[in-house]
Amino acid sequence: MDRFTRIPVAEQDPKIRSTNFDEVCLGYTKEEAVLEAKRCLQCKKPMCVTGCPVSVDIPGFIGRLAEEDFEGAVHTLFKHTSLPAVCGRVCPQENQCEKHCVLANKGDAVSIGKLERFTADYARENKVEVFKKPELNGHKVAVVGAGPSGITCAGELAKKGYKVTVFEALHKPGGVLVYGIPEFRLPKETVVKSEIDNLSKLGVTIETNVVVGRTITIDEIFEEGFEAVYIASGAGLPKFMGIPGENHNGVFSANEFLTRNNLMKAFRKDYDTPIKVGDKVAVVGGGNVAMDAARTAKRLGADVYVIYRRTQEELPARLEEVHHAIEEGIIFEFLTAPIEIKGNDDGWVSSIECIRMELGEPDESGRRRPIEIKGSEFTIDVDTVIMSLGTSPNPLISATTKGLEVNKRQCIVADEHGQTSRDGIFAGGDIVTGAATVILAMGAGKDAAEAIDKYVRG
Amino acid sequence: MYKIVEKEMLAENIYSMDILAPRVAESAQPGQFVIVIVDEEGERLPLTICDYDVEKGTVQIVVQTMGCSTKKLEKKDAGDYLHSFVGPLGVPSEYVHENLEELKKRKMVFVAGGVGTAPTFPQVRWLAEKGIDVDVIVGAKSKDKVILEEKLSKYAKNLYICTDDGSYGFHGMVTAKLKELVEEGKEYDQCIAIGPMIMMKFVSLLTEELNIPTVVSLNPIMVDGTGMCGACRVTVGNETKFACVDGPEFDAHIVDFDEAMQRQGQYKKEECAIKEEI
Repeated sequence: MDRFTRIPVAEQDPKIRSTNFDEVCLGYTKEEAVLEAKRCLQCKKPMCVTGCPVSVDIPGFIGRLAEEDFEGAVHTLFKHTSLPAVCGRVCPQENQCEKHCVLANKGDAVSIGKLERFTADYARENKVEVFKKPELNGHKVAVVGAGPSGITCAGELAKKGYKVTVFEALHKPGGVLVYGIPEFRLPKETVVKSEIDNLSKLGVTIETNVVVGRTITIDEIFEEGFEAVYIASGAGLPKFMGIPGENHNGVFSANEFLTRNNLMKAFRKDYDTPIKVGDKVAVVGGGNVAMDAARTAKRLGADVYVIYRRTQEELPARLEEVHHAIEEGIIFEFLTAPIEIKGNDDGWVSSIECIRMELGEPDESGRRRPIEIKGSEFTIDVDTVIMSLGTSPNPLISATTKGLEVNKRQCIVADEHGQTSRDGIFAGGDIVTGAATVILAMGAGKDAAEAIDKYVRG
Repeated sequence: MYKIVEKEMLAENIYSMDILAPRVAESAQPGQFVIVIVDEEGERLPLTICDYDVEKGTVQIVVQTMGCSTKKLEKKDAGDYLHSFVGPLGVPSEYVHENLEELKKRKMVFVAGGVGTAPTFPQVRWLAEKGIDVDVIVGAKSKDKVILEEKLSKYAKNLYICTDDGSYGFHGMVTAKLKELVEEGKEYDQCIAIGPMIMMKFVSLLTEELNIPTVVSLNPIMVDGTGMCGACRVTVGNETKFACVDGPEFDAHIVDFDEAMQRQGQYKKEECAIKEEI
């Protein structure tokens, strides 16, 4: 065995997978997982753990795997996270745990993400009982939003004996895991559902179809006898560019496009929600959501362009996603910015007019600022444009909760423990940070659970 | 799951349903709407609220069968359950927050068209119960399509029914009736129009001429209804607004109706494809 080379993981062939919604990555077999786990040096001071927002005992569970003690690995892993099958699939490990792996100095880091996924999948497939219903401590806490942050916080509190109710605005729990991230990266019925079902085993109640700020307010939640509230409502409002033609028929936010496809299952014939993809699609943006939208459009049968104003190096999307997108035949137009969306006489998109960019001096974000090259305008004929420019927090809760401080970006202000400007109200995840990652939102949920426990017990 | 407590046929293809949804009933205010999902495979269907009863915990919706989802809904009977029922969504009508004394001085006229008559009802009742006189003009294709006449007549100071074919009440469009009333000397300080987009457009054009500030309740395509998807964006005064969280009510005189109508037809083809399969 070569200590410095990772065991490769099987994937669906790009040609085949770009026509279906089945998962791209097939995961390790038992044998592969054990071999990969044996590469781990079991460092005395594991640096990988410092890179994990929820401090998973990484050498702990990998050590069990190396000994082929799969159930032991499962129990070690689930002690620290409620969503390992999710994180093993969607975490940017290369910037977190794996970045700190000692092996990365000389070769490939241990494939921590793929091992996490293997362990979590083992638990599900072999029905390992991961959580036992804890004894109730007599206290009630409410969580707003059943996304990664809310689920994590609810799970942690339930483990401590709290009676937790999660209020979810949509008709299915999961937040971005069900409406945003596509099936081919994160299967819903198997992976997401099973990890959410684990919450019910802990005694957590999820009440769907409750829009906090409309159906009930935060203050009404307190009136129902909850002693603390954790707000994890996410960053839901899609941004648009403000260029001419953005309201033409055939211009969608990535949120709309993905929600139709993922939450509403428009890609399946037996579901009613329609989706429009057209023959040629331009996706504007370069984040993970843009990759998801592009690869979804491809699977629905379109030729897809991704339009991004910087170069491939600055793409904010995970390397793995970009790599997969390129393999699947997505065409990237780098150093390109849209300036207008043209429509036909009936108001439908007919083309997108763009301008080439060059990189200038670094801006506040530290990335080199794209500057327009005069006279470089050109047109791409498309019939659909998907705007994937990020999201901002939904003001529904802040606008209906007196005394809850927000900053100028409409994010709820909270300290590192999730404490907001109001007693008993905690917040975390995208509603505090603006759009970020699943794992950071989970980390915030975990920290807030500790703070809520301290607060309630006085 | 949400139980259908009662179902009543109001006219051909138009029926009302009382849905057990105590949280929604308790929070509903004039101007707001709900989203219904009929079954697991169903769409998220935005529908107007016709009535709510806090004590019974029910919310009444009025639906006209048009596409796939409303057809599915029509097949459900009292005692059946809906997959989802979420709301109240949108911002309540502006007057709800206004000073009552100021409001009492205002002369208001409602213009309702077709099933748009339904969401007019809770508004008219709310105002009437606060002691504010309102006139209501209701338009329908023909006599048998007129809905909620009895309910409305209890609360409206004057109720004017118009039919396109003249089979009942005033023979002609709601705009013609409104014009006639103003010409007869009626004075209105505010008009609230709810109905098909094309009707709202023409009411808006008329009231602009007559100098009557007007509010319309828009019903664009929506998915989540909570601000997340942006499908419902409309141009109001050169600004893009999301009807689900900024509306659904807007100042009629600055709404881009032509764009709104064009956007409403975005999924026509796909909707038909689904219909044929059923």
